[in-house]
Amino acid sequence: MRQRILFTGVGGQGTLLASRLLGEAVMAEGLDVCVSEVHGMAQRGGVVESTVMLGGISGPIISEGEADVLVSFEPLETIRALPKCSRKSIIITNTVPIEPFTVKLGQAEYPDVDQWVGFMKDNYANVKALDADSLAKEAGTAKAVNVVLIGTLAATGVLPVSADVLRETIRRTVKPKFVDANLKAFELGMKAAA
Amino acid sequence: MHPLLTDDPGKKMLLLGNEAIVRGAVEAGMSVAAAYPGTPSSEIGNNLFQITQDRESGIYFEFSTNEKVAMEVAAAASAAGLRTLTCMKHVGMNVASDVLMTLAYLGIRGGMVIVCADDPSMHSSQNEQDNRYYAKLAGLPVLEPVSAQEAKDMTRAAFDISEELGVPVILRTTTRTAHVRGPVELGDLPAERKQKGRFEKTPMRWVPVPAVARIRHKALLEIQEKAAGVAEKSEFNTITGSGAIGILASGVAACYVKDSISELGCEENVKFLRLGFTYPVPEALFLSFLDGLEKVLVVEELEPFQEEALRVVAQKNGINVEILGKASGHLPRLYEFDPAQVRSAIASAAGIDVSSPDMPDLSGIPQLPMRPPTLCKGCPHRETYNEIKEVLTELGMVENTVYPTDIGCYTLGMLPPIGMADYLLCMGSSVGTSAGFSIATDQKIVSFIGDSTFFHSGISSLCSAVHNEHNFCLVILDNSTTAMTGHQPNPGISLRPPGYDKPRIAIEDVVRGCGVKNFYRINPYKKSEAMGVLKDALAQDGVTVVVAEAPCVLYYKRVGGKK
Repeated sequence: MRQRILFTGVGGQGTLLASRLLGEAVMAEGLDVCVSEVHGMAQRGGVVESTVMLGGISGPIISEGEADVLVSFEPLETIRALPKCSRKSIIITNTVPIEPFTVKLGQAEYPDVDQWVGFMKDNYANVKALDADSLAKEAGTAKAVNVVLIGTLAATGVLPVSADVLRETIRRTVKPKFVDANLKAFELGMKAAA
Repeated sequence: MHPLLTDDPGKKMLLLGNEAIVRGAVEAGMSVAAAYPGTPSSEIGNNLFQITQDRESGIYFEFSTNEKVAMEVAAAASAAGLRTLTCMKHVGMNVASDVLMTLAYLGIRGGMVIVCADDPSMHSSQNEQDNRYYAKLAGLPVLEPVSAQEAKDMTRAAFDISEELGVPVILRTTTRTAHVRGPVELGDLPAERKQKGRFEKTPMRWVPVPAVARIRHKALLEIQEKAAGVAEKSEFNTITGSGAIGILASGVAACYVKDSISELGCEENVKFLRLGFTYPVPEALFLSFLDGLEKVLVVEELEPFQEEALRVVAQKNGINVEILGKASGHLPRLYEFDPAQVRSAIASAAGIDVSSPDMPDLSGIPQLPMRPPTLCKGCPHRETYNEIKEVLTELGMVENTVYPTDIGCYTLGMLPPIGMADYLLCMGSSVGTSAGFSIATDQKIVSFIGDSTFFHSGISSLCSAVHNEHNFCLVILDNSTTAMTGHQPNPGISLRPPGYDKPRIAIEDVVRGCGVKNFYRINPYKKSEAMGVLKDALAQDGVTVVVAEAPCVLYYKRVGGKK
């Protein structure tokens, strides 16, 4: 089935690793996949978007209203990415804000996260909002926010790969000393979807 | 061993387009490569650099000081009979264009591939020039991949095409082919990689004095004819489907066309010419494509390159067909495409209705705080900027200072609260434009350039400024790496990747060698000392250089951690 998955977050959160991990898992299943990444200037603390296209889609970009799934590492970026979603979209969002310096400088106001999560729940097919930072820390490494969210994504059942293949991909691609923490992060993410 | 050297034909790896290009070159038996980093081409050089840390690889790679030097290195190695590659971002081709134009005349011996990465939408560039025009200007063949797999296959094929034709082949990517990952099936590795060639002296071939150049230009035109013949038969040009409506597309735009055709379910009434060998024009192929068509939509990002080529072929052959694209307003000349835009252009040309996605009302979303890229936490450039601003304020000059800037992380000094980047053209322009401002105004001129950019193209302008007695202060932000593109080495670095033992060229020696008398050095982290030095430096007349020396924090963590 054709699926367009959009990952969004802030530079340094591991967005690219998440999309790559998913891409590796899908390829391990012998399926077609196309993963797009953002490199260069935009990575310096800016918004980092990546996409994973499944089911034989060959173009890497997602147009307005066409994301089947949005996986967002940061709530402001979730709101910014809403124009990419339709009512049918699944939204998985971390609820922990990373304040941009434009807010610290008083140039703009950070939106009310609870209010917008409420809006999403009212308007989109399936919304999972979770504190992925705490779950990552609980798993043993604050850096595993990306794997927590992949766990939640896996639990929604939309992926063409099983949780076992994802676990195997984590074992294969993550540095050995972080494998256990990441596997735990994956489980905690899955549970959070329930 | 580097993963791109994996000797396991048939194995699939999830590779970035740029990584796939490196793999293609490795499979093709490339021996020598040289590059200056530039997004979206940077990972090609990075991977080659890592590969050649393993001396067993049999490949030579260097980060040259700029794209022109890199292309010269690759050109000469090719003239000596080795397969070579150089890569650059689109604007890097401007720097190398002096080489390119005459290299096309001279031709090559070992296959030579020039990878050029365009950046539609300017994700990390100062313009979105369409470098296919360079191919036309120089008269060289161009290949444009649509996927990582094809990036590998085309690179491999490009070496053969280059040798068949005797000229370099341009492999043109864009951000969305360079930075897209896909499964790539590995091919076999060469049984042997040529380590040394031999240059056979043939001055009438390799020294383009006018008498030789006249012969070579004629030869190039003949090669172009031959190249068009190769393009006619290329496996990278395919026609699928049938019907009275035609679509011609190349690069990532061809992906959107392919996806749209299946989403709109119009396989039966649309004939699709996908061009991979995109220049010179395969006229016979265009004619067989045009046969039976009422109208054609040309889908290509940026300039109407193929659209105009198709128009010429149609006019020349007296074919009356409606050609839609940029001129008709179906698609823009600006920015990269998105799939919906392409889908609706196809739907409009084919008279199909498309429904738009059901979206909730988002008008309640307030103005969201922006998250522009910014200097990293602890970045030494920020300290330097703040100290200079403070000193200029104390000297009463801050209101009257112009800050020409350059290409690198420090261009972000443009943003508030720093706001110290006023004018920028290209790599190295801080120095030459400082000279211009100092002639034309009585304002104080304080300009900024990075260490790598200084080596790239700041040195000759500095000589010019000293010789012509200009009046400005150039601050060289020396963070000991090429930070923005992912921490590549340059000749001046003191903080070195493990095992990197090439000779260092101190920036101070270069600056003094350019004849600069007012030379200063600061450590931006030692604020009070730095402020004292800056007070002196900023009060000087004539060409003054301040080197602000402190390593990039990210690079320091990475290299420091490995010690």
